[in-house]
Amino acid sequence: MRWKLATGTALVLAAFAAGPASAAGDLNIYNWGDYTSPELIKKFSEVHDVKVTVTDFDSNDTALAKIRAGGHGFDIVVPSANYVPIWISEGLLLEARPDQMPNFKNVDPRWVDVAWDPGRHYTVPWQWGLTGIVVDTSLFKGEINTSAIFLDPPEELAGKINVAPEMNDVLFATIRYFGGSWCSTDKEMLKKVRDKLVEAKSKWLAMDYDIIEKFASRDYGAAYYWNGAAMRSREKNPDVRFGFPKEGYPLFMDSVAILKDAKNPENAKLFMDFIMEPENAAMISNFAKYANGIAGSEAFMSVELKTAPELNIPAEYEAAGEFLLACPPEVNEFYTRLWTDVNK
Amino acid sequence: MPSAAPHPAVRPRGARRGREIARRWLLSAPALLVILVAAVGPLFVMALYSVMAKGDFGDVRFGTFSSEGWFGVFFQRDIFDDTLTLADAHLTIFWRSVVLSLQTTLAALLLGVPTAYFIATRPARSREIWLFLITIPFWTNLLIRTFAIQEVIRNEGILNGALVGLGIVDRPVQIMFTDTAILIGMVYVYLPLMVLPVYASMEKIDFRLVEAGYDLYAGRLAVLRRIILPLARPGIVAGSILVFIPSLGAYVTPRVLGGGKNMMLGNLIELQFGPGRNWPLGAAISITLMAVVMLALLVYVRNATKGGQHG
Amino acid sequence: MAEFRARRGSNDNRRARPAPRRRTGFDVRAMPGAGTLAVATFFLLYIPMATLVVFAFNSGQSLSVWEGFSFRWFVSAWHNAAIQEVALRSLLIAVVAATCATIVATMAALATTRTAPYPGLTFKYAFINQPLMVPEIVTAVALLIVFSRLKVWTGYSGLGYLILAHTAFCIPFAYLPIRARLESMDLTLERAAADLYAPPLAAFRRVTLPLLKPGILAGFMLAFVISLDDVVITEFVKSGGQDTLPTYLLGQLRRGVSPDINAVATMFLALSAVVVTIYFLINRRRV
Repeated sequence: MRWKLATGTALVLAAFAAGPASAAGDLNIYNWGDYTSPELIKKFSEVHDVKVTVTDFDSNDTALAKIRAGGHGFDIVVPSANYVPIWISEGLLLEARPDQMPNFKNVDPRWVDVAWDPGRHYTVPWQWGLTGIVVDTSLFKGEINTSAIFLDPPEELAGKINVAPEMNDVLFATIRYFGGSWCSTDKEMLKKVRDKLVEAKSKWLAMDYDIIEKFASRDYGAAYYWNGAAMRSREKNPDVRFGFPKEGYPLFMDSVAILKDAKNPENAKLFMDFIMEPENAAMISNFAKYANGIAGSEAFMSVELKTAPELNIPAEYEAAGEFLLACPPEVNEFYTRLWTDVNK
Repeated sequence: MPSAAPHPAVRPRGARRGREIARRWLLSAPALLVILVAAVGPLFVMALYSVMAKGDFGDVRFGTFSSEGWFGVFFQRDIFDDTLTLADAHLTIFWRSVVLSLQTTLAALLLGVPTAYFIATRPARSREIWLFLITIPFWTNLLIRTFAIQEVIRNEGILNGALVGLGIVDRPVQIMFTDTAILIGMVYVYLPLMVLPVYASMEKIDFRLVEAGYDLYAGRLAVLRRIILPLARPGIVAGSILVFIPSLGAYVTPRVLGGGKNMMLGNLIELQFGPGRNWPLGAAISITLMAVVMLALLVYVRNATKGGQHG
Repeated sequence: MAEFRARRGSNDNRRARPAPRRRTGFDVRAMPGAGTLAVATFFLLYIPMATLVVFAFNSGQSLSVWEGFSFRWFVSAWHNAAIQEVALRSLLIAVVAATCATIVATMAALATTRTAPYPGLTFKYAFINQPLMVPEIVTAVALLIVFSRLKVWTGYSGLGYLILAHTAFCIPFAYLPIRARLESMDLTLERAAADLYAPPLAAFRRVTLPLLKPGILAGFMLAFVISLDDVVITEFVKSGGQDTLPTYLLGQLRRGVSPDINAVATMFLALSAVVVTIYFLINRRRV
């Protein structure tokens, strides 16, 4: 018993001693899990002689709650577009003025004057994508560019559908399916939304993450899911195709921002500028398989990415995409209750 | 609870008793302190949060009191016609979680008690090996374990392969994404929480009592019911608590194996702290849950240990 | 229980004809059905583990489609610095937290069993089990609020917070089996030791502790696996660079989990087998 105690004490002491080193030249990044290319980090640490620590989060809300609570020690965070205004209005972000950085010229003009950060005073693009329709075409050969695939499923797909368990994405697609607009409180339309979701849900197999394996094993026939995962599903099951819902689909863009209480703001700025270099931005995409917002990065991307139909929106469907901005609190509360009602 | 102990308790008196109580408080102080700092204390913060107004984007507006969180646990205005009703969505979700947890506990008892008995009746030296064998699968992360179960029960999985191969069924049975799948997964995940405490109390059973039972012409059932189970009762009580309560809040297993189409209590609460951005409601739901569970626990422990007296 | 109840018929028979029971070789420990159910239970526990180990050697990308034998995922996990770091951190936290939790839970169990009721006994019982009662997310958010203040005030943001939080929620898991053990334990030996003027500490070390060992072992093992599995509280309490294996996997969930993890899980299983073997060898020598 005694030696056990001694070992225990030694371990505790070791654990307490092993806090993060706070030498000069640190950078603490707080990003989505499995989203940060290790090569990119390696290159950045070598070029700028900075010790980089990457920590994962699993949802925007977790990240926001943690940073708001304070004492986190992070320098950089990568929130999604709809959350950026919240971060700014809560005073959590440093106005780092990336638009004045040398590499800003590489940012695709399409992503400069964005609704959540006009003129890019706070954030630079990390990756972007969309939620759309994934179909195993060996089961269904009809039109797939429509939300009807999961809201009014064709016979062949009923009972084989997976829908991402994301309140906002699912509500958005359904609201647009009935011609409504995001954050609308039109009760008549929302009632249709609720009834449609309740009805459609009986034809879904699951509401889960991890579609790649399930398309490979052919457990799923269709899904409402992110395009990057759709591309990786196609690599394992060649019959998988991606559809852009013509009624409307949600776009997302995760953006790099510097925290107001960052301990290493200068290194964080270096990092911001660093990822606007096309070659470096391509490393991000090559790892996480989503498009980035940097013009010229295609040249450094892998062939599969460059030619992936999932990552390149056809011109005719471009207008249907919309970024989900945060709705006013009372609308959000209403949507939450509607969602609870659907999933009860 | 105390008179229920299978042996007479020490009952010192007067000053000695006072010292004894003080010693007992001292002995439990470290555990109480750790729990106070890292579990109960923070919960007071949550209780406080439940009576605040919710912040626009999560969190609360500290100092602005509001009863809306608590109101929302039990009542709701209909989202469409504004009539005031009981929060039936919450009740439905609560009920589903309770039923599932009860089923899980029963199934875990059914498998866990015989397993614990089996281990407890092995030769002394090999018992610990069997115990380890029960816990080894749990060195694997919950998520990975759940994925592994998925491999076994999915349509092209091992189980269906065997059933079809043996000609028991002619096409795969859909287990994946059904309530059966959730139950299988939950029992798998929580089984050691039943086996270990039951084992801990069975290991000490004096088999001379059992022998005496047989000598008095008791049948096996009588021996089991009148001798073994009562002696193992503290372990069975502990095991049921350890299985029932955590399964109430479980959501990884229901989501992955059941397809996650219906919310569990865990999901409902998480939604409030997550995209629902209604922390006071989340806090109020959890405190309600805790109160219900605590009450049920006290009643259960009291009754279960009282029942032990016939052993 | 149905298994046992179904045997009522044969029991009644036996009551009528007690003779066969007295046959030599009658084992009072035998309980028909228990062995079968136990073996079935072990079998069920290990089927998923077996698939996991098999797929760790899959040459393909898939977790569910077999494409041939290879060590590629072990090689890949070996080169994956991130996954090793988080796996080791998980083990460290689990060992430390489970040890602390078991020690304080043993003390608490000794203090709350085998006694006449005294003021606060029920309160203590409820208090110690409190971490079980609350869904994890609530404790997680509450801890986030409190610990982040502490981090700001003290400037310390090391692993101590995670260990403290883990210790707290592991305590009931260690406490309940130990308490159950104590309740079914015989007092006579301890009394005998006291009657023989053994000092209380010696009596405790030589008599109570050895008797309590199975309970302590069960409690420690439960606390260990519970800590190893925790994700929600860890996610909210961790500081920068403190991901554990579960939070790392949580981050991967949306994008699809890499087969690397099968290799890591297999190595964990191998490690646990090694621990068991060592434990067994040490114990055998002692007996």
